[in-house]
Amino acid sequence: MMSEVRERMVRSGEVDLCAVEYGDTAHPTIILVHGYPDSKEVWTPVAERLADRFHVVLYDVRGHGRSSVPTPLRGGFRLEKLTDDFLAVADAVSPDRPVHLVGHDWGSVQGWEFATVRRTEGRIASFTSISGPSLDHFGHWIKQRLARPTPRRTAQLLGQGARSWYVYALHTPVLPELAWRGPLGRRWPKLMARAERLEPGTYPTGSLPHDAAHGAWLYRDNVRPRLRNPRDDAYAHVPVQLITPLGDPFLSPRLYDDLERWAPELRRRTLPTKHWVPRTRPDQLADWISEFVLAHEGVDTGPPVGTAAIGPVRKSRGGRPSTSSARLRAAYAERFAGQLVLVTGAGSGIGRATSFAFAEAGARVIAVDRDAEAASRTAELSRLLGAAAAWAEPVDVSDEQAMDKLAARVATERGVVDVLVNNAGIGMSGSFLTTSADDWRRVLDVNLWGVIHGCRAFAQQMVDRDQGGHIVNTASAAAYQPSRALPAYSTSKAAVLMLSECLRAELSAHGIGVTAICPGLVNTNITATAHFTGASQSEQERLRAKSSRLYRMRNYPPEKVADAVLDGVLRNAAVVPVTPEARAAHLLARLSPKALRAMARIDPPL
Amino acid sequence: MAAGLSAELRGFQAVQRLAYECAETVAAQLRPGTTEREATRALRAEAAARGVRDWFHLPFAWFGDRTAFAGFRLPTQFFPTNRQLEPGMPFILDLAPIHGGFTADIGYSGSLGPNPLQDRLMADLREHREFILREVRQRRSLRQIYEDVDRLMGRQGYQNRHRAYPFGVIAHKVDRVKERRWSPHIAGFGTQSLRGLANDALHGHREGWSPLWSPYRMSDHPPHPGLWAVEPHLGFRGTGAKFEEILVVTDSADPEQSAFWLDDELPHVKRWKEAASLTEAKGGA
Repeated sequence: MMSEVRERMVRSGEVDLCAVEYGDTAHPTIILVHGYPDSKEVWTPVAERLADRFHVVLYDVRGHGRSSVPTPLRGGFRLEKLTDDFLAVADAVSPDRPVHLVGHDWGSVQGWEFATVRRTEGRIASFTSISGPSLDHFGHWIKQRLARPTPRRTAQLLGQGARSWYVYALHTPVLPELAWRGPLGRRWPKLMARAERLEPGTYPTGSLPHDAAHGAWLYRDNVRPRLRNPRDDAYAHVPVQLITPLGDPFLSPRLYDDLERWAPELRRRTLPTKHWVPRTRPDQLADWISEFVLAHEGVDTGPPVGTAAIGPVRKSRGGRPSTSSARLRAAYAERFAGQLVLVTGAGSGIGRATSFAFAEAGARVIAVDRDAEAASRTAELSRLLGAAAAWAEPVDVSDEQAMDKLAARVATERGVVDVLVNNAGIGMSGSFLTTSADDWRRVLDVNLWGVIHGCRAFAQQMVDRDQGGHIVNTASAAAYQPSRALPAYSTSKAAVLMLSECLRAELSAHGIGVTAICPGLVNTNITATAHFTGASQSEQERLRAKSSRLYRMRNYPPEKVADAVLDGVLRNAAVVPVTPEARAAHLLARLSPKALRAMARIDPPL
Repeated sequence: MAAGLSAELRGFQAVQRLAYECAETVAAQLRPGTTEREATRALRAEAAARGVRDWFHLPFAWFGDRTAFAGFRLPTQFFPTNRQLEPGMPFILDLAPIHGGFTADIGYSGSLGPNPLQDRLMADLREHREFILREVRQRRSLRQIYEDVDRLMGRQGYQNRHRAYPFGVIAHKVDRVKERRWSPHIAGFGTQSLRGLANDALHGHREGWSPLWSPYRMSDHPPHPGLWAVEPHLGFRGTGAKFEEILVVTDSADPEQSAFWLDDELPHVKRWKEAASLTEAKGGA
């Protein structure tokens, strides 16, 4: 992946800036600006991933890394001067064409300044902002909340106020410098590795103590004046992509609520991570950056993923969708657009609905089903719904070798799966005494071993990539609700539930979430294909028809289960009971298991 | 089939074509910002201009996700609203004019500008049209056919949205209606037609059949001779598509004559034929 790196010094006023370039200069230019306390090396993983398609430029902000330090420090870090630096670098590396700007943390704070001041017009083609608000927007955000302090707004204000503790600390004289040049500077790489779950010993720069000491002036020179007197004309003159890590300990996602007002062309993306996204999620960042850059390079990449299906959403005055369902769909699109999602049992029922829901959010969908025709139908409709791409894979989940082959094929052709939905399952009903060993084998092979094979095949890939991911296993309300009619099925699903919980504990260390979905009675064809043990052929048919009719009368649509799946991934929920009866049973299992046991004795009216 | 139609059937066919003409005319007039109410008003005006005095039911228009009856709980939600049409939005026009005593009931699906998803739904409705005719000719029970159509929709990946109609009907009988000078309607339905349906229901109740083709026990009987307005309605997330046209059921022993679609020159049928010849031409090349 390593490509040739060229270093050069760029003169800007009284300072020299150290810039490095990756990739062919004929390609569109992307300038990546680092934050605090970092240097350009924080971007190396992303730059390497973009270098084959783009001309990527990183530079050390003045006072950081190998760039020189302005004297005096006070006043040397004002945003106006940082804008001069950016323009100097842009002119040096791409004199004729506008550049695409990406900023993280303070790089993004600077980026907002570059994207909103007049003198950069025509020099920037697009701006991707990660974890760094515009100080002017921030100033207005605070003013608005102070002017009309409703309880919600006050809570938002206090929340962000608490997250900003380090900003106050950096305003004290001398102490921050002493700390950074002393113990904090030594311990920082370890602290960060622990907080962000990074490999220890991979901290990219040795110049940290100096960078961090100088960079304190970024805050001292800009924060107070800008928050006190925010510019009123800080409108972005370029398309903006906002990538928000939802677990950021320093910045509340609420900061960006009014952003549509300032950035008319805004695309939102979210990540379930903490602050240092360029180091923890380089793959996802590179994907989103390259897609956004190409879309604004005049290269036709088709309609933007994740919005095609949403169509014209009615926007409220603030610019965000007004109805709650539209807001949810927007949240799904922000999170899942472009992600690789694999769903087993995608040929019908909950699996198919789940594939469609991910497709609508703009994900890349792999529909796996035993029934090749049904799988390809799901893939085809997924594409029509707005999936970035969709493929069908006719594989039987109970076949270990086939699953391993599938995992290998997916890894080489499509990459590492971001969300795995182990959904394939079969129904089986009938008392324990009539359930033969073959029946047991059949139901466990699909319902339990299918999930095990799926997890084994794909979890290792997720762990090896070390950039997060999510596994969803479809259990059932039968997993915690005993029933004399469903011994085999309930056993298989209870195993899936426990497997999910154990796996969740194990994989949480790798930032991979595991969710068990417990649907309940859902109107799918599971009843029409279920096996009723100990029943003759004609009796089978009658029972299938009868139970199908029962489920149809209950009429809980698989689409709602699919929504629960997406929501569960979004919230990283552990166990999600879906239908009201599944939720009631889940509650009862805790409050009064005895009552559940009594219900288990009832023979269902079939 | 058209050549051998009786005078009566020709009458029905003429009204059905008239209704589709109205729908096509109004569909061509739809612009971004047009509301459902405006569309239904235009449909009424078009039909009145063609001499329509009475209605089986007044025109309906559904735009956007209302084509799939998203979130419909009350029957009043079927009535036209102020929902505005936007580029790319699907729409359905449904009208049932009566002219010269003959009733038609039609559904016309389209979209403002291209909508590949709805095109796909419409293309998949073709299978339903052939399937329903085949099963009716086999004289399967209407309830069974209903369930088979349900299964076909499930296989295709869609939801059955005609279940949202009153009584969940996929079809209902239409008949001749006496022309009166005054033709009032109740909740959008013409009183003359409602009377006809009620009469059929009464007779049917005695004889063991129903003028409403529903998923319930009342439809557990072979197809009853007469004219049935058949309206399979597919829903797929926020998009819906349907056609509605008259199926003629007779008591003839010849399967070909025992059931047939009244008219094969309707917009959706023509679209399918064109698409089929296009793919054939492509395959040939």
